[in-house]
Amino acid sequence: MSKEEDKMATRRKALTDLVKGAGYLALGGLTWGGYVKEAKATEFALRPPGALPEKDFVKACIKCGLCVEHCPYDTLLLSEHGDKKVIGTPYFDARTIPCYMCVDIPCVPVCPTGALDVTLLTSIDEETQEEKLDINKSKMGVAVVDPDNCVAFWGIQCDACYRACPLLDEAISLVYEKNERTGKHAFLKPEVHREVCTGCGLCEHACITEEASIIVLPHEIVTGKVGDHYIKGWDKNDENRLRKEKELEKIGDDMKSTLDYLNSTDDLLDEE
Amino acid sequence: MSLSRRSFIKRSAVASVAAAVGMGMSKELSAAPSVAENDWRWDKSVCRFCGTGCGIMVATRNDRIVAVKGDPAAPVNRGLNCIKGYFNAKIMYGEDRLKTPLMRVDAEGNFDKNGKFKPISWKKAFDEMELQIKKSMKELGPTGIGIFGSGQYTVQEGYAAVKLMKAGFRSNNIDPNARHCMASAVAGFIQTYGIDEPAGCYDDIELTDTVISWGANMSEMHPILWSRVTDRKLNDPDNVKIVNLTTFTNRTSDLADTEIVFRPQTDLAIWNYLAHEIVYNHPEAIDWDFVKNHTVFATGHADIGYGMRNSDHPSFTDKERETVKAQESKVLSKAEGTSLAYLGFKEGDTMEMKNAKAAGKHWIIGFEDFKKGLEPYTLDYVAEISKGDEDESIEDFKAKLQLLADLYVEKKRKVVSFWTMGMNQHTRGTWVNEQSYMVHFLLGKQAKPGDGAFSLTGQPSACGTAREVGTFSHRLPADMVVKNPKHRAISEKIWKLPEGTLNPKVGSHVMKIHRDVEDGKIKFVWVQVNNPYQNTANANHWIKSARKQDNFIVVSDGYPGVSAKVADLVLPTAMIYEKWGAYGNAERRTQHWRQQVTPVGDSMPDVWQIVELSKRFTIRDVWGEQHIPGMDKPLPDVTTKISEFGYNPSTTLYDVLFANDEAKGFAWPDPIGAGFGNTEAEGDKRKVVGSDDKTFEGYGFFIQKYLWEEYRRFGEGHAHDYADFDTYHKVRGLKWPVVDGKETQWRFNAKYDPYAKKAGTGDFAFYGKALKNLPQGSLTGVDGEKEKIDLSNKAKIFFRPYMDAPEVPDKEYPFWLSTGRVLEHWHSGTMTMRVPELYRAVPEALCYMHPKDAEKNGYKQGDLVWVESRRGKVKAHVETRGRNRTPKGLVYVPWFDEKVLINKVCLDATCPISKQTDFKKCAVKVYKV
Repeated sequence: MSKEEDKMATRRKALTDLVKGAGYLALGGLTWGGYVKEAKATEFALRPPGALPEKDFVKACIKCGLCVEHCPYDTLLLSEHGDKKVIGTPYFDARTIPCYMCVDIPCVPVCPTGALDVTLLTSIDEETQEEKLDINKSKMGVAVVDPDNCVAFWGIQCDACYRACPLLDEAISLVYEKNERTGKHAFLKPEVHREVCTGCGLCEHACITEEASIIVLPHEIVTGKVGDHYIKGWDKNDENRLRKEKELEKIGDDMKSTLDYLNSTDDLLDEE
Repeated sequence: MSLSRRSFIKRSAVASVAAAVGMGMSKELSAAPSVAENDWRWDKSVCRFCGTGCGIMVATRNDRIVAVKGDPAAPVNRGLNCIKGYFNAKIMYGEDRLKTPLMRVDAEGNFDKNGKFKPISWKKAFDEMELQIKKSMKELGPTGIGIFGSGQYTVQEGYAAVKLMKAGFRSNNIDPNARHCMASAVAGFIQTYGIDEPAGCYDDIELTDTVISWGANMSEMHPILWSRVTDRKLNDPDNVKIVNLTTFTNRTSDLADTEIVFRPQTDLAIWNYLAHEIVYNHPEAIDWDFVKNHTVFATGHADIGYGMRNSDHPSFTDKERETVKAQESKVLSKAEGTSLAYLGFKEGDTMEMKNAKAAGKHWIIGFEDFKKGLEPYTLDYVAEISKGDEDESIEDFKAKLQLLADLYVEKKRKVVSFWTMGMNQHTRGTWVNEQSYMVHFLLGKQAKPGDGAFSLTGQPSACGTAREVGTFSHRLPADMVVKNPKHRAISEKIWKLPEGTLNPKVGSHVMKIHRDVEDGKIKFVWVQVNNPYQNTANANHWIKSARKQDNFIVVSDGYPGVSAKVADLVLPTAMIYEKWGAYGNAERRTQHWRQQVTPVGDSMPDVWQIVELSKRFTIRDVWGEQHIPGMDKPLPDVTTKISEFGYNPSTTLYDVLFANDEAKGFAWPDPIGAGFGNTEAEGDKRKVVGSDDKTFEGYGFFIQKYLWEEYRRFGEGHAHDYADFDTYHKVRGLKWPVVDGKETQWRFNAKYDPYAKKAGTGDFAFYGKALKNLPQGSLTGVDGEKEKIDLSNKAKIFFRPYMDAPEVPDKEYPFWLSTGRVLEHWHSGTMTMRVPELYRAVPEALCYMHPKDAEKNGYKQGDLVWVESRRGKVKAHVETRGRNRTPKGLVYVPWFDEKVLINKVCLDATCPISKQTDFKKCAVKVYKV
């Protein structure tokens, strides 16, 4: 029972964590799609599982193509001239071929430089207490829903993305809502849980609208950042966020500008 | 300050959020066409796919379907659809639509069983069909030919097919794919009520407190109904309870308060546990008024086999025989030792299947006998044999069963039990259907608003066509049967046939048609709106016998599929919105539509194909004396009696059955069709060169209306009443019986059903007429001393025991295999696999299994494995996550994918009463490729 409660608590946390994200993406959906399309054709790339943050990844990747070679599904591609990505680096287009989330992650251990970092995909096996590869920890991107074109938001009984999700009910769950118009049906709307979503793109691939209405974007595109001066008083863990990150900034010491300001009284005095 | 591209995108997006605040999406999508759609024509129709029967509106422009929308006025779906329905506009326009007849021919263009398909004319196609039918009939008589019909026929197609086969060719070898889908439900209805189809309707969903799903993944298979169940739950989340009884976790579990994962086949034991709880522990819950006034107790034989052929059949391999021998006798398991103790058996005994040929026989028993039969089904016994997930504790499982019983028993709680293929595709499918009524009847929770056991239908017109029209080997329209001389007489009268024309011997059901082909007893087969070489279990036998033996297989289809590949002749066939038609859904709602567009290529409607074939046969060809295997006397020569009907020996079946004087009275054009085409009545702009090498100019009369109006005469005044043709073009369907222009929501309930009221037996009357004169007996058999009892207006509460499936996992084949559908694809995928979006969503059938089972056997997620049974094997990729989470020891492989032809693996055992195959249970091994 307590395990069940834990699960519920985690789930609730996931939901509350996502309120901001979900609302933001939901409301932005209308215009979001347009930007996304442009952005997709430009510089951002969905990287293989275990990739370092984009800046570090691009530095560390030696463009050897071993990850691409080891991908059994031909998901991974090497960017070419015209792809508007750093040439020779691996990426994938989820709508064409998503990441099928192999449990043995053949693309990562072969990386000679750690640009694909096995440690980011390692967890402790509950039974054996040994380290094991865990594809579910990958953060290739995060799925976002366009609620104007997702037919589930119209009341169509779809949820193809939900059923395609390898972490069904964890990364995508359904939100049940009454359909007041018909008075006897319910909406079953997909909702992405960002901290669980791996960005594999199986949802984007499965989406049945002409252009996908759920798409995967890199984390840095969709993730905002709150300031480090405020902590959620209702969330014990939020403090950890700042404890980890907070480096005290030097307090400013710009006497000259202070003096300049104080001495410029001209504009205070109305001309007579 | 420079703005990086990325942060620009981010900021703009945030800005757009602000702009979008308060905009929201309009909740009410406009039902009216917009200005840009002004040249579109919208007309009412019905979804092509499942038995839910959603209403849609179809938009056409320049003779093409350009869009569909859910029909906001349709009571079932109020403008919504599932994703299959969402793609109705695209299903007819796949690139490989069949456009011309194709035949296997030799270099000279003559039919050659081993030749390659080449385009031929319609005339050549009919020439060859005529030749082949005459050849088969000459050699084998009327039973030498067969039709694989459909629960997806329009009403008129099914009616025309039955009329041609039964009245014209005097053959009862027509049976629909609905045999695979609804036969156990039908047998359950007939044995229980004496009349087919559900008492309740979908309104029960809004009126009930409890939805118990038994072997029905409604969330994926009846999504629109599921969204109604979801709404009901949202309306009253604390009171409304949902239970999902299943053999593996599926999406229906998402909404469920309780999920009960049971061992395959033990639904039989769980129903009896519920009855045991009621009778032994909650006798106060029994509605004695209802039980005494409106029901009797009954039972039947247990030693009835499993609908297989005897093991000495030469086509079986030794491996197959290991299973098939159960048809003759079976060593009883521990569980059966207990459940069959009332017959004097114990564990380890051998039960001879002595009553395989009397499987449907049943008799009246007393309540004390009924109670005695239920005695073994204690919580301990049932929990032990039915717990389906080895990782679940027996205490937890028992608590769930107890909770289930509490929900049913709770006095004021309304309960609906829904089921689909889990209970119908079952070697004891009729029994388990009857058990559902057993529990509901005991509690008096049946045929009341919000209360009832309700069989959901799989196919769009399994009810409307297959069942109501009677495209089964034993049936005639309106629940009549070929065996009954009165029914034949009524049919002969309506069809204007000489007395004795109709063949009284039940024809071959789907499995038997396949088996007859293998045995050389049927040599001509016509496949209509069906894909029997993909959808029938033990497919290797049937594919091989069709391809390798001396026979002729015709397949009418819109697209090339497995059956077309197996065929000798392929006929390009108009699809749903390319013809006039009607479907009947699971809640008895009949819905008609008009022909919206001209068919693609040279494809022609099924009605046209059937009628054109009828032109090739004269009375002389078919109505002489005919020998029927298994009948002492031949079918009489009725040609002597034809003059009184105005026929002569040269009169064609076309003139008798389809273009008679009455038919010609239905004029075309007709105001109801103003502005719409009618390919059969007037031909169409394509000027298709027809079966006589001349341009087909139409029959000149409104044949679809004629077929409907003649058909509905069968049921009028017999509780199968329909409205007239024109009415259905003005309303959003009507639930039959339609009496005085009013539909019926709850049958058998005198408050709602005029027939029940008329019976004058109080609040209820189960007025079905079939099987209502029963002998009396005890649990062990009929007592010959006692008289038969007339059960007019009464229903039966059956006692049926638990028995194992004929093939269960063992050391060599350690897994249960269950098959089924996925939301995205319809049946064998011939339509939905051609919608690019649905194909991409689910491009292949996977083998769903437990991750630990995979690990133990040395493979993992995504690996390619063989799934192999005693009968065949297929390759599939392993899926250990996702929509279906199986318990250890069970795998699930959907059947839509012709590249994963799972029916090669399945066992063709059937319910011996209903002849419906159990696609949910056989034993397989799974190993890495």
